[in-house]
Amino acid sequence: MRIRVDWRVSCRLVGTILKWLWVPLLFPLGIALYDGTALLPFALPILGTAILGLGLEQLTDERDLRAREAFLMVSLTWLSIALVGAVPFLLAGEGALAEPVNALFESMSGVTTTGATVIVNFEHHSRAILMWRAVLQWLGGLGILVLATAVLSQLSVGGAQLMETETQTQDLDKLTPKISETATLLWKLYIGLTGLQVAVLYGLHLVGYAPEMTLYDAIAHAFTTIATSGFSPRGDSIAAFSPAVQWAIIPFMAIGATSFVLLYFVFQGNFDRLRNSDEFRFYVAILGFFSLGVGGMLFANGGPYTSLEETARHAIFQVVSIVTTTGYASTDFNLWSAGPKHLLFVCMFIGGMAGSTTCSIKTLRWLVVVKAFRRDLFTAASPSAIRPVRLSGSVIDEETIRDIYAYTLVSIVFFILATIFVVLDASRVQLTVSEFEAMSAAAATFFNIGPAFGIAGPLESYETFPQSTKLVMTFLMWVGRIEIIPVLVLLTPSYWRS
Amino acid sequence: MRVIVVGAGEVGSNIAASLVESHDVIVIDVDAEKVEELTHSYDILAIEGDGTSLKVLQEAGIAEADMLIACTDDDETNLVTCGTAKTVGDVFTIARTRNANFFETWTESEDAFGVNFMVSTNILTANDIVRVVGLPAAIDVDPFAAGLVQMAEFEVMAGSDIAGQTVEQADIFDSITFAALVQDGDVLIARGETRIEAGNRVIVIGSPGSVQSFSRTVASAESSENAHDIVIIGGSDIGYHTAKLLEESGIEPRLIEQDADRGRQLAEDLPGTIVLEHDATDVDFLVGEQIDQADAVIAATDSDEKNLMVSLLAQNIGVRRTVAIVEEGQYAGLFEAIGIDVAINPREATAEEIIRFTQGGQVENLSLIEDRQAEVMEIEVNEGSVLTNRPIRESVTELPSDVVIGAITRSQEFIVPRGETVIEPGDHVVLFVATDVLSPVMDIV
Repeated sequence: MRIRVDWRVSCRLVGTILKWLWVPLLFPLGIALYDGTALLPFALPILGTAILGLGLEQLTDERDLRAREAFLMVSLTWLSIALVGAVPFLLAGEGALAEPVNALFESMSGVTTTGATVIVNFEHHSRAILMWRAVLQWLGGLGILVLATAVLSQLSVGGAQLMETETQTQDLDKLTPKISETATLLWKLYIGLTGLQVAVLYGLHLVGYAPEMTLYDAIAHAFTTIATSGFSPRGDSIAAFSPAVQWAIIPFMAIGATSFVLLYFVFQGNFDRLRNSDEFRFYVAILGFFSLGVGGMLFANGGPYTSLEETARHAIFQVVSIVTTTGYASTDFNLWSAGPKHLLFVCMFIGGMAGSTTCSIKTLRWLVVVKAFRRDLFTAASPSAIRPVRLSGSVIDEETIRDIYAYTLVSIVFFILATIFVVLDASRVQLTVSEFEAMSAAAATFFNIGPAFGIAGPLESYETFPQSTKLVMTFLMWVGRIEIIPVLVLLTPSYWRS
Repeated sequence: MRVIVVGAGEVGSNIAASLVESHDVIVIDVDAEKVEELTHSYDILAIEGDGTSLKVLQEAGIAEADMLIACTDDDETNLVTCGTAKTVGDVFTIARTRNANFFETWTESEDAFGVNFMVSTNILTANDIVRVVGLPAAIDVDPFAAGLVQMAEFEVMAGSDIAGQTVEQADIFDSITFAALVQDGDVLIARGETRIEAGNRVIVIGSPGSVQSFSRTVASAESSENAHDIVIIGGSDIGYHTAKLLEESGIEPRLIEQDADRGRQLAEDLPGTIVLEHDATDVDFLVGEQIDQADAVIAATDSDEKNLMVSLLAQNIGVRRTVAIVEEGQYAGLFEAIGIDVAINPREATAEEIIRFTQGGQVENLSLIEDRQAEVMEIEVNEGSVLTNRPIRESVTELPSDVVIGAITRSQEFIVPRGETVIEPGDHVVLFVATDVLSPVMDIV
């Protein structure tokens, strides 16, 4: 039997990516050198990835990527970087990360920009290792940008082709269709925004508004904010910092989950695209609505915060953090009452804008679902009416709408199955996990958010879960991050058979 | 002026007939029969041949011609004819087109295709429809003096306030002049004592606002509201443009199209229109969608028979006004006789637009009434005119009796013509003139 997929091409391209991993590995290596901590956890992977990458590149000379090979390549890229990323944790052998499943979980949580951590005590880990987590997330954020805007839109899956239509315009050149050129463009924008955030955070420190925010912290947090990923080298996340820092981080999370295509136009001085984008307005409305809802409930409850500023800050911060799928915590929202907690739980299913570093279902799909369903209600009343669904003025074809309905449904099914598994697996090892905790943990990993509620809360650790649950969650993070379909396609027999 | 008309169909012969009195007209057509027929009926030179051929154009004297009007039924032929004519001389070219794409291109760059003036049949017709639908009971509406003045023709309905009144009694609006009445197809100048009967048509000239208010008194009580609920039947190109114009004026029309693919296309191109995919001859459907409650139904399918059919059907289920497109010129009167409120013939509208444009000299704008029995025209008067520098009371004595001064505009202001009004040089005057006194009138005003 011949295999229909030219897997060598996929592996070769994965090799090309691995080959370059030595560059980001240099950064934690430098910190280790400065701090005088162990160098081997980074030196060895630098050598290893270079050899592995170059080796994979020898598989074939063919480099043309077709749809079939692209699915395999996308899935393998995220999986292999997660595997390679776990090596420094294992070699360092510090705390919970010394354990292989934990190391893989942490690494996958990093590269998928999830931000769920198994670290129990942050004191046990060197600054170099903690920075490596941030670097992984920063790479994962950039990777997803390139994947979303350049690769997935070409594959036309799960409604991702809408990204393509959103970028098309008559009066402006569309974003360069070639993957490499798009990547370069996004790379610059991404680095620019990260640099800006480092400057703002460290600037606050220098003027005395953020005593805790050292240069190291500024960089580590900038790496994980624009990537909407949420690892923090601090055990108590952003709660460790001053209110000024918390306010300053909010807009950067929001920008990270804004379509980079629109950001590109904004930086070109063209604000019309942003103003005329239905999705952007919807995204802003979602942030506003949930901030008001959560803030209002916290205020009505009269606690746990004393001042209006504090209530507003934590409500807005938490809503923006969860909707954008960042997963930072400015406060332990586990201590909130049921109302705001459940509202925050709903936020997990939304996500930011398509074409950003965000995860989850995304506002683009929700907006299309809302519009298409409103249309369906209209045509139910007058069956002969033809009503195309429009987004920012342009018509969405019916096949795309069907894809989006299907994607949204499959996401919810995945979430339900994952919840059931978490509950069953926990009861197997006699771990007490409430339904809400299980649901939130399943959603937080599958939708790549990070912290959940209860035992997986923002100041807790996923270490508590049994090994099998952690492995399934690792799988969920992987599948959720690359929009389900590239992985699921690999599981269909017709994909492989000729 | 030497005018070459290419295409002797309905549009071409209409234009030729109207220009022949004051110009040298040469008609070119591929159909020998049509050519012969024209030569017999009018004093014109008719040439049998293809207008796209340079030889034929030269035979017609293209080098000495002042104007070329390409008005065959084929867009491409018309465009190529204009382009060909431009290769030999600086003749002013007018082309008739149907496909709106050509018109859009031409609007972008006015030299496109070698065409100096383009009349887009479908867009023109859509504009006519929208103007008529906007005024209850109106049959025809034409703007003058950059929109400051409107000429409107109304059918007086049985329940109308003015039915049975004399013109003097009915003339209660300040800025409206009664120009004429049409009784059984004859145009009569409106005198104070003339009695207006139900079924007559009245032609008034006035400011758009007062024409709008007047239209309500003409219409019967129940149909006097402005039209909001408008249904277009048939997604032809005219139907599409009509819907688009209605959308632009803030109305959300409904459009019924039978073909699913065409319907989808229309729905995508017309975000402000509700497109329904169904057979419009299905009465259950029409009633179910409450089409019977519509203020107006516009029949714009590609077939005259179907337009007639759906209009009658619409009327039968209680639609207040029906407007139908009639491609075949001779059916227009028939349609209206059967009871369709307004029948619009795109060819007639096109011919009128081209004739309007070709009027040289003083005439700024023109509208033809009831098979050219009369014309409404806008002229800019100068010192030498019999009208200037004295009250209208005095000047009318020197005008033939079949002339009505409808409206005056002075520096973009509307002025009501009264006996004591003094017309100044440079004023624009909108006149109603019976065709048989046209030449003497033109000589003195």
